[in-house]
Amino acid sequence: MDAMSMYQEQILDHYQNPRNHGTLDEPVTIRREEYNPLCGDRLVLEMRVVDDKVEAVRFRGHGCAISQAAMSMLSEEIVGKSVDELKQLQKQDVLDLLGIPLSPARLKCALLSLKAVKAGVYGVPQYDIDEDDE
Amino acid sequence: MATPVMSYDPTDLLDVERIRADFPVLQRQVNGVPLIYLDNAATSQKPAVVIQAIENYYKSYNANVHRGVHALSEEATAAYEGARKKVAKFINARSSREVIFTRNATEAINLVAYSWGSANVKAGDEIIITDMEHHSNIVPWQLLAERTGAKLHFIPVTDEGYLDLAAYDALLNERTRLVAFTGMSNVLGTITPAEDIIARAHAAGAVALVDASQLVPHKGANVQALQADFMAFTGHKMCGPTGIGVLWGRRELLEAMPPFLGGGDMIREVHRDLSRWNDLPWKFEAGTPSIAEGIGLGIAVDYLNSVDLEKVHVHEQALTRHALERLRDIRGLTLYGPPAEDRGGVVSFYVEGIHPHDLATLLDQRGIAIRAGHHCAQPLIERLGVPATARASFYMYTTHAEIDALAEGLEAAKKVFGL
Ligand SMILES: Cc1ncc(COP(=O)(O)O)c(C=O)c1O
Repeated sequence: MDAMSMYQEQILDHYQNPRNHGTLDEPVTIRREEYNPLCGDRLVLEMRVVDDKVEAVRFRGHGCAISQAAMSMLSEEIVGKSVDELKQLQKQDVLDLLGIPLSPARLKCALLSLKAVKAGVYGVPQYDIDEDDE
Repeated sequence: MATPVMSYDPTDLLDVERIRADFPVLQRQVNGVPLIYLDNAATSQKPAVVIQAIENYYKSYNANVHRGVHALSEEATAAYEGARKKVAKFINARSSREVIFTRNATEAINLVAYSWGSANVKAGDEIIITDMEHHSNIVPWQLLAERTGAKLHFIPVTDEGYLDLAAYDALLNERTRLVAFTGMSNVLGTITPAEDIIARAHAAGAVALVDASQLVPHKGANVQALQADFMAFTGHKMCGPTGIGVLWGRRELLEAMPPFLGGGDMIREVHRDLSRWNDLPWKFEAGTPSIAEGIGLGIAVDYLNSVDLEKVHVHEQALTRHALERLRDIRGLTLYGPPAEDRGGVVSFYVEGIHPHDLATLLDQRGIAIRAGHHCAQPLIERLGVPATARASFYMYTTHAEIDALAEGLEAAKKVFGL
């Protein structure tokens, strides 16, 4: 895989100018922290759900360009969606947003954002995404 | 007669090109360019002689050890036990009985924590480790402290990347049972004053364990000169295969310790109601050992002796000096750790605005293998105040040109990120 194509303008733009970055004002309906111990990537995701719709999203954290850009892109995607729609988000949705090929090692970085969303809406201590799923 | 050398050019000392020819993997390409392997602190590459020794064992005398009287078993036993003698000599152990083969350094340290720890540590006792340990020299002691009610203390690391020995003195007291510390940091490269640390431990009546996983492959370690009580290291970082590590211990200590794992090979006799333990070192080697790997490690030791570790260390210090100079010139790059004269061939750094994983991916595109992350030393990374670092680590086959390629790769990565 060509690493240059991994760091396209769009990814770098989301990394360097993340959307929905920061702390959400109260009321916060769902707050979720995810950590990738292998990389040290960390995400704190906050969502406000009103009438079953995501009204506002904020996230903060640190990590590689892939993990942070994926969260930034996903944060734009989930505003206005219902909780059910969030539950239906798939690995492929995140990959489509990124639009780049990822090596298995970097897939974890991309999916940290999805883990935060899913674990948050399901309210479970841990949400496992099977990275081998097709 | 040879003319005296005025200033040391390490390339005079070590024939790096000839050494490189001994390592088959160094011939390969990655992403269409020649491999530049700068992840030696994670694992070293293997010379052809080691690979052949393993193949040769399976092809010509594969048999279980210590059990058969047939020719193959006797040959295998002689080769496996011969490797133990080579290792013993390499670290200047009084006897090869003091050399226990384990799976890796991690298992060696766990062996001490369980066996020695359960017999010698009780509630209220204290164990001292350091803030620059690999997780394998932290977690076994945390588990021991949890089991026994002992307390765990950490020697802090100074801003320059040294152990704070004054703080160490303040931690030592009559309750200190054990001091466990690294001989060389796998993140900062710092070579710790092992002899001094051990002497102070002994003065307080404590036992000392050296994690020599990084030290032995690059500089060697003499257990008698160090006056150590235990020393752990791992085969795969010193040109040997994975699956084989070493615990060296002072014989009196090992004799007094209960077994770690029970099973075959570690017993002299087994009855329904009791068993008697085998002699050292086999008391601690339950079950069929890693025979091919042990034999491979013996050949790796031969190889290290043939290149001479003293020269390797001088070569690596020159490489490190060069790397520190080249990387210091890169704007936005922060270097960690002490000056080259106090470290082995390990350089950790952080480039402002580029996460280490992105750096590693972009360097990989140029065939350059480095490590990014916490390097299994999270307390130290926390101490450095960054989420992760990038790490380049060298060995006898690393060249100055490869370090130049690293510096160029870092500049190119900055361009990609618009920095
Ligand atoms: C300083 C240090 N200690 C211990 C280890 C553990 O070695 P192993 O994983 O082979 O047990 C390593 C290597 O990862 C290390 O760098």
